[in-house]
Amino acid sequence: MLTAEDKKLIQQIWGKLGGAEEEIGAETLWRMFHAYPPTKTYFPHFDLSQGSDQIRGHGKKVVTALGTAIKNMDNLSQALSELSNLHAYNLRVDPPCFSLQFLAQCLQVVLATRLGKEYSPEVHSAVDKFMSAVAAVLAEKYR
Amino acid sequence: MVHWSAEEKQLIAGVWGKVNVEECGAEALARLLIVYPWTQRFFSNFGNLSSPTAITGNPKVRAHGKKVLTSFGDAIKNLDNIKGTFSKLSELHCDKLHVDPENFRLLGDILIIVLASHFGKDF
Repeated sequence: MLTAEDKKLIQQIWGKLGGAEEEIGAETLWRMFHAYPPTKTYFPHFDLSQGSDQIRGHGKKVVTALGTAIKNMDNLSQALSELSNLHAYNLRVDPPCFSLQFLAQCLQVVLATRLGKEYSPEVHSAVDKFMSAVAAVLAEKYR
Repeated sequence: MVHWSAEEKQLIAGVWGKVNVEECGAEALARLLIVYPWTQRFFSNFGNLSSPTAITGNPKVRAHGKKVLTSFGDAIKNLDNIKGTFSKLSELHCDKLHVDPENFRLLGDILIIVLASHFGKDF
Protein backbone atom coordinates (compact mmCIF):
# COMPACT_ATOMS: atom_id res chain seq x y z
CA MET A 1 0.00 0.00 0.00
CA LEU A 2 1.51 3.30 -1.04
CA THR A 3 1.82 5.68 1.91
CA ALA A 4 1.75 9.46 1.57
CA GLU A 5 5.50 9.44 2.18
CA ASP A 6 6.02 6.88 -0.62
CA LYS A 7 4.04 9.04 -3.04
CA LYS A 8 6.07 12.10 -2.11
CA LEU A 9 9.37 10.28 -2.63
CA ILE A 10 8.25 8.95 -6.00
CA GLN A 11 7.18 12.37 -7.21
CA GLN A 12 10.46 13.86 -6.01
CA ILE A 13 12.55 11.26 -7.71
CA TRP A 14 10.59 11.54 -10.93
CA GLY A 15 11.12 15.27 -10.82
CA LYS A 16 14.89 14.72 -10.81
CA LEU A 17 14.85 12.91 -14.14
CA GLY A 18 14.92 16.29 -15.86
CA GLY A 19 13.63 15.48 -19.31
CA ALA A 20 15.72 12.33 -19.72
CA GLU A 21 12.56 10.25 -19.92
CA GLU A 22 13.16 8.98 -23.43
CA GLU A 23 16.72 7.88 -22.66
CA ILE A 24 15.67 6.23 -19.43
CA GLY A 25 12.86 4.39 -21.20
CA ALA A 26 15.13 3.23 -24.00
CA GLU A 27 17.86 2.10 -21.60
CA THR A 28 15.34 0.27 -19.42
CA LEU A 29 13.96 -1.67 -22.37
CA TRP A 30 17.40 -2.41 -23.74
CA ARG A 31 18.58 -3.76 -20.38
CA MET A 32 15.41 -5.81 -20.07
CA PHE A 33 15.82 -7.42 -23.49
CA HIS A 34 19.45 -8.10 -22.74
CA ALA A 35 19.11 -9.48 -19.21
CA TYR A 36 15.78 -11.25 -19.69
CA PRO A 37 15.74 -12.49 -23.29
CA PRO A 38 12.26 -14.09 -23.06
CA THR A 39 10.83 -10.57 -22.93
CA LYS A 40 11.90 -10.17 -26.54
CA THR A 41 9.24 -12.64 -27.57
CA TYR A 42 6.66 -9.88 -27.26
CA PHE A 43 8.44 -7.75 -29.84
CA PRO A 44 9.08 -9.92 -32.89
CA HIS A 45 8.15 -6.95 -35.06
CA PHE A 46 10.79 -4.67 -33.52
CA ASP A 47 14.34 -3.88 -34.49
CA LEU A 48 15.89 -4.84 -31.18
CA SER A 49 19.40 -3.58 -31.82
CA GLN A 50 20.79 -1.11 -29.32
CA GLY A 51 19.59 2.41 -29.89
CA SER A 52 16.98 1.42 -32.46
CA ASP A 53 14.27 3.96 -33.18
CA GLN A 54 11.64 1.48 -32.13
CA ILE A 55 13.24 0.87 -28.75
CA ARG A 56 13.62 4.59 -28.19
CA GLY A 57 10.06 5.27 -29.28
CA HIS A 58 8.60 2.51 -27.19
CA GLY A 59 10.76 3.35 -24.19
CA LYS A 60 9.48 6.89 -24.32
CA LYS A 61 5.89 5.63 -24.50
CA VAL A 62 6.36 3.42 -21.46
CA VAL A 63 8.01 6.10 -19.34
CA THR A 64 5.40 8.67 -20.36
CA ALA A 65 2.69 6.26 -19.22
CA LEU A 66 4.50 5.82 -15.91
CA GLY A 67 4.64 9.59 -15.59
CA THR A 68 0.87 9.72 -16.03
CA ALA A 69 0.48 7.03 -13.42
CA ILE A 70 2.62 9.03 -11.00
CA LYS A 71 0.38 12.07 -11.43
CA ASN A 72 -2.60 9.85 -10.59
CA MET A 73 -1.34 7.61 -7.84
CA ASP A 74 -4.60 7.95 -5.92
CA ASN A 75 -6.49 6.47 -8.81
CA LEU A 76 -4.21 4.17 -10.73
CA SER A 77 -6.99 1.88 -11.83
CA GLN A 78 -8.77 4.60 -13.72
CA ALA A 79 -5.68 6.39 -14.98
CA LEU A 80 -4.29 3.20 -16.49
CA SER A 81 -7.61 1.76 -17.56
CA GLU A 82 -6.90 1.92 -21.30
CA LEU A 83 -3.48 0.34 -20.87
CA SER A 84 -5.02 -2.27 -18.64
CA ASN A 85 -7.42 -3.23 -21.43
CA LEU A 86 -4.60 -3.27 -23.94
CA HIS A 87 -2.39 -5.54 -21.88
CA ALA A 88 -5.24 -7.89 -21.02
CA TYR A 89 -7.00 -8.27 -24.32
CA ASN A 90 -4.44 -7.45 -26.98
CA LEU A 91 -0.92 -7.83 -25.70
CA ARG A 92 -1.59 -10.60 -23.19
CA VAL A 93 1.81 -10.33 -21.55
CA ASP A 94 2.14 -13.29 -19.19
CA PRO A 95 0.95 -11.94 -15.82
CA PRO A 96 2.64 -14.28 -13.35
CA CYS A 97 6.08 -13.70 -14.76
CA PHE A 98 4.67 -10.37 -15.79
CA SER A 99 7.52 -8.97 -17.69
CA LEU A 100 6.51 -6.01 -15.62
CA GLN A 101 8.61 -7.56 -12.89
CA PHE A 102 11.60 -7.55 -15.21
CA LEU A 103 10.74 -4.12 -16.53
CA ALA A 104 10.44 -2.81 -12.97
CA GLN A 105 13.78 -4.30 -11.99
CA CYS A 106 15.53 -2.81 -15.03
CA LEU A 107 13.93 0.58 -14.47
CA GLN A 108 15.22 0.54 -10.92
CA VAL A 109 18.71 -0.36 -12.12
CA VAL A 110 18.65 2.58 -14.53
CA LEU A 111 17.40 4.95 -11.84
CA ALA A 112 20.04 3.64 -9.41
CA THR A 113 22.87 4.15 -11.90
CA ARG A 114 21.76 7.73 -12.45
CA LEU A 115 20.90 8.66 -8.90
CA GLY A 116 23.60 6.80 -6.96
CA LYS A 117 23.31 7.49 -3.24
CA GLU A 118 20.05 9.37 -3.78
CA TYR A 119 18.45 6.05 -4.62
CA SER A 120 18.13 5.44 -0.90
CA PRO A 121 16.45 2.36 0.62
CA GLU A 122 13.33 4.47 1.23
CA VAL A 123 13.14 5.62 -2.40
CA HIS A 124 13.90 2.08 -3.58
CA SER A 125 11.07 0.74 -1.45
CA ALA A 126 8.60 3.37 -2.69
CA VAL A 127 9.42 2.80 -6.36
CA ASP A 128 9.23 -0.97 -5.93
CA LYS A 129 5.80 -0.66 -4.34
CA PHE A 130 4.64 1.71 -7.06
CA MET A 131 5.74 -0.60 -9.88
CA SER A 132 3.97 -3.51 -8.15
CA ALA A 133 0.82 -1.43 -8.01
CA VAL A 134 1.12 -0.56 -11.71
CA ALA A 135 1.65 -4.22 -12.59
CA ALA A 136 -1.40 -5.22 -10.56
CA VAL A 137 -3.58 -2.66 -12.35
CA LEU A 138 -2.35 -3.78 -15.76
CA ALA A 139 -3.16 -7.38 -14.84
CA GLU A 140 -6.63 -6.54 -13.43
CA LYS A 141 -8.62 -7.46 -16.48
CA TYR A 142 -6.86 -10.63 -17.49
CA ARG A 143 -9.70 -12.73 -16.29
CA MET B 1 22.23 -24.57 -14.00
CA VAL B 2 23.34 -21.22 -15.29
CA HIS B 3 26.25 -21.06 -17.72
CA TRP B 4 28.41 -18.04 -18.21
CA SER B 5 30.41 -17.17 -21.28
CA ALA B 6 34.10 -16.43 -20.77
CA GLU B 7 33.33 -12.76 -21.24
CA GLU B 8 30.59 -12.83 -18.63
CA LYS B 9 32.89 -14.51 -16.12
CA GLN B 10 35.43 -11.79 -16.73
CA LEU B 11 32.86 -9.05 -16.26
CA ILE B 12 31.70 -10.60 -13.01
CA ALA B 13 35.23 -10.97 -11.67
CA GLY B 14 36.02 -7.42 -12.78
CA VAL B 15 33.06 -5.90 -10.98
CA TRP B 16 33.63 -7.99 -7.88
CA GLY B 17 37.19 -6.76 -7.64
CA LYS B 18 35.83 -3.28 -7.03
CA VAL B 19 33.15 -4.24 -4.53
CA ASN B 20 33.51 -3.34 -0.87
CA VAL B 21 32.07 -6.57 0.47
CA GLU B 22 31.34 -5.24 3.93
CA GLU B 23 29.54 -2.10 2.75
CA CYS B 24 27.62 -3.69 -0.10
CA GLY B 25 26.67 -6.70 1.97
CA ALA B 26 25.33 -4.52 4.77
CA GLU B 27 23.44 -2.34 2.34
CA ALA B 28 21.95 -5.23 0.37
CA LEU B 29 20.68 -7.03 3.44
CA ALA B 30 19.33 -3.81 4.96
CA ARG B 31 17.47 -3.02 1.75
CA LEU B 32 16.03 -6.55 1.64
CA LEU B 33 14.58 -6.04 5.11
CA ILE B 34 13.32 -2.54 4.22
CA VAL B 35 11.92 -3.06 0.72
CA TYR B 36 10.49 -6.53 1.44
CA PRO B 37 9.63 -6.29 5.14
CA TRP B 38 8.26 -9.81 5.34
CA THR B 39 11.82 -11.09 5.06
CA GLN B 40 12.32 -9.85 8.61
CA ARG B 41 10.63 -13.05 9.71
CA PHE B 42 13.96 -14.80 9.40
CA PHE B 43 15.75 -12.33 11.63
CA SER B 44 13.61 -12.01 14.72
CA ASN B 45 16.67 -12.22 16.97
CA PHE B 46 18.44 -9.33 15.29
CA GLY B 47 17.05 -6.70 17.64
CA ASN B 48 15.70 -3.37 16.44
CA LEU B 49 14.31 -3.59 12.90
CA SER B 50 11.54 -1.07 13.46
CA SER B 51 12.45 1.52 10.81
CA PRO B 52 14.74 1.94 7.78
CA THR B 53 17.14 3.94 9.94
CA ALA B 54 17.16 1.26 12.65
CA ILE B 55 17.73 -1.48 10.09
CA THR B 56 20.52 0.35 8.29
CA GLY B 57 22.33 1.03 11.54
CA ASN B 58 21.74 -2.38 13.09
CA PRO B 59 25.14 -4.03 13.73
CA LYS B 60 23.78 -7.56 13.37
CA VAL B 61 22.36 -6.69 9.98
CA ARG B 62 25.69 -5.24 8.91
CA ALA B 63 27.63 -8.25 10.13
CA HIS B 64 25.31 -10.72 8.53
CA GLY B 65 25.28 -8.79 5.28
CA LYS B 66 29.04 -9.02 5.19
CA LYS B 67 28.85 -12.78 5.80
CA VAL B 68 26.39 -13.27 2.97
CA LEU B 69 28.36 -11.25 0.48
CA THR B 70 31.60 -12.96 1.46
CA SER B 71 29.93 -16.24 0.46
CA PHE B 72 28.98 -14.73 -2.87
CA GLY B 73 32.65 -13.93 -3.30
CA ASP B 74 33.51 -17.60 -2.75
CA ALA B 75 31.02 -18.55 -5.44
CA ILE B 76 32.53 -16.05 -7.83
CA LYS B 77 35.92 -17.69 -7.38
CA ASN B 78 34.27 -21.01 -8.22
CA LEU B 79 31.79 -20.23 -10.97
CA ASP B 80 32.36 -23.64 -12.52
CA ASN B 81 31.28 -25.37 -9.36
CA ILE B 82 28.68 -23.20 -7.68
CA LYS B 83 26.66 -26.25 -6.71
CA GLY B 84 29.56 -27.72 -4.80
CA THR B 85 30.52 -24.41 -3.24
CA PHE B 86 27.02 -23.79 -1.92
CA SER B 87 26.10 -27.35 -1.05
CA LYS B 88 26.31 -26.93 2.73
CA LEU B 89 24.64 -23.50 2.66
CA SER B 90 21.88 -24.96 0.53
CA GLU B 91 21.19 -27.63 3.11
CA LEU B 92 21.29 -25.06 5.89
CA HIS B 93 18.80 -22.71 4.21
CA CYS B 94 16.46 -25.57 3.40
CA ASP B 95 16.60 -27.90 6.40
CA LYS B 96 17.37 -25.54 9.25
CA LEU B 97 16.38 -22.04 8.20
CA HIS B 98 13.38 -23.00 6.03
CA VAL B 99 13.79 -20.10 3.63
CA ASP B 100 11.53 -19.95 0.57
CA PRO B 101 13.91 -19.80 -2.41
CA GLU B 102 11.92 -16.88 -3.79
CA ASN B 103 13.74 -14.81 -1.18
CA PHE B 104 17.08 -15.60 -2.83
CA ARG B 105 15.78 -14.01 -6.03
CA LEU B 106 14.69 -10.94 -4.06
CA LEU B 107 18.14 -10.56 -2.50
CA GLY B 108 19.73 -11.01 -5.92
CA ASP B 109 17.58 -8.25 -7.43
CA ILE B 110 18.42 -5.96 -4.54
CA LEU B 111 22.14 -6.63 -4.83
CA ILE B 112 21.99 -5.70 -8.50
CA ILE B 113 20.37 -2.39 -7.63
CA VAL B 114 22.96 -1.73 -4.91
CA LEU B 115 25.76 -2.39 -7.39
CA ALA B 116 24.04 -0.15 -9.94
CA SER B 117 23.83 2.71 -7.47
CA HIS B 118 27.52 2.33 -6.60
CA PHE B 119 28.89 1.90 -10.10
CA GLY B 120 26.62 4.28 -12.01
CA LYS B 121 27.27 4.28 -15.72
CA ASP B 122 29.88 1.54 -15.36
CA PHE B 123 27.15 -0.90 -14.49
